[in-house]
Amino acid sequence: MTEAENSAAELRRRVAAEPGRADDPPHVVGRLNRLCRAAAKVLDADGVGISVLSSDGAPAQVAASDPRSSDVEELQFTLGEGPCLDVFQSGHPVLCPDLTQLGRSRWAGYTPAVQERGVQAVFAFPMQVGAARLGALDVYRDRIGGLGRTTENQALILADIALHDLVEAVSRTRPGTVETAADVMDGPREIYQAQGIVMVQLGVDIVEAMVRLRAYAYAHDRALADVAHDVVTRRLQLEDDAS
Amino acid sequence: MLTAERLAEVFVAVADTLVDDFDVIDFLQLVTSHTSELVPESAVGLLLVDAQSQLQVMAASDDRTELLELFQVQAHQGPCQDCFTTGEAVVNADLEQAGDRWPLFAPRAVEAGFRSVHAFPLRLRGEVIGALNLFGPDSGRLAEDVARVLQALADVATIGLLQERAIRRGEQLTEQLQQALNSRIAIEQAKGALAQLHDISIDEAFELLRTYCRQHHLRLTEVARAVVTDPASIPELTRH
Repeated sequence: MTEAENSAAELRRRVAAEPGRADDPPHVVGRLNRLCRAAAKVLDADGVGISVLSSDGAPAQVAASDPRSSDVEELQFTLGEGPCLDVFQSGHPVLCPDLTQLGRSRWAGYTPAVQERGVQAVFAFPMQVGAARLGALDVYRDRIGGLGRTTENQALILADIALHDLVEAVSRTRPGTVETAADVMDGPREIYQAQGIVMVQLGVDIVEAMVRLRAYAYAHDRALADVAHDVVTRRLQLEDDAS
Repeated sequence: MLTAERLAEVFVAVADTLVDDFDVIDFLQLVTSHTSELVPESAVGLLLVDAQSQLQVMAASDDRTELLELFQVQAHQGPCQDCFTTGEAVVNADLEQAGDRWPLFAPRAVEAGFRSVHAFPLRLRGEVIGALNLFGPDSGRLAEDVARVLQALADVATIGLLQERAIRRGEQLTEQLQQALNSRIAIEQAKGALAQLHDISIDEAFELLRTYCRQHHLRLTEVARAVVTDPASIPELTRH
């Protein structure tokens, strides 16, 4: 295994090993809470949160490592500004290692509000697959300073894992049936082309198209790449039912 | 052959990366297409590493699906993978003799009509972030000066990547590479959507997209995103 494969597998393992808590909601939200808690440890952060974009573009806070992070996530939506919202707009990571120096002009309302809660640095990473933006993984620290190359890399991988968990959950599949976090991101070209085809075929948005393809693959016990190949070569047309 | 004018176009494109509306995919496409002029009947691909150290095809001189797949096979085996691992260029590899070295890759490349392959690393301060890959139609050796120009073009691609505005926003190179990969994915999604909309092949869909961008001086990544997320905003392309 290369070092990077090692780290993705290792991060998966750490997320899976994170204990659940009595107040974790069931299913995917509980899993994402656990991911946030594991991520906070791995990234040496004081809090981690996940927000998602619904298909009508409205953002919503979904999971967090702790109550304070949950509050900080919510703040962005109440104030209408913040790194996570910037990530949704641009699809680029938003890195602010020093809110005092760099945040005040950018987010005049958000910055003092989160600093009041002890946060001094914020790093937001997109959860996306091509043009499909699902959400963001936000990392909070109570001290100024950048994350550094290795930690940023780990954050990217954790955002990938979170995205994968979300898509899997929305596809209504049994947890653990998909092999690796890379499955969603690194599929062959045809998988992305099939997403575009299904999007137009069914008249749904790209995220829904992603989900439908996966759901079909699992329902028929076939590899996603094979289903995608059949869609691209016009051998398969997904039905317009909601099953 | 690569004329002075074409080379100048590459340098101008690099200079353009200093201004705001730089599109990394467009830039890499330009580099690969001009590079392919160095060797007649060649195909050129450019691969970059993602956050998980996997090589991904970002641009190619010829966007036909079979060729893209041939470039992509090298994520696991082939001259690009070797070049990435060792940091050294792989030059003048005779594909017909390379069956033992690259059993998955070499026969496929021969079948596609190529006889030689060369790979040049994209290097950044001792680290390899990708590779520029050229397939040639015959097994003749590359002239020394051509090989040097190819390495220079690989270096030019690296410079262009670094200039991308976001680097100046403080992002690490890892995020940049991940972004480029994401842009590429958006283009694939757009290809599928356009193919379905107009009942054409995936390759024809890409031509349609690219022609539209050229005619309207728009960025490939931006239009691809619009096709997928807001088709009503570009009726000329999405109306059927």
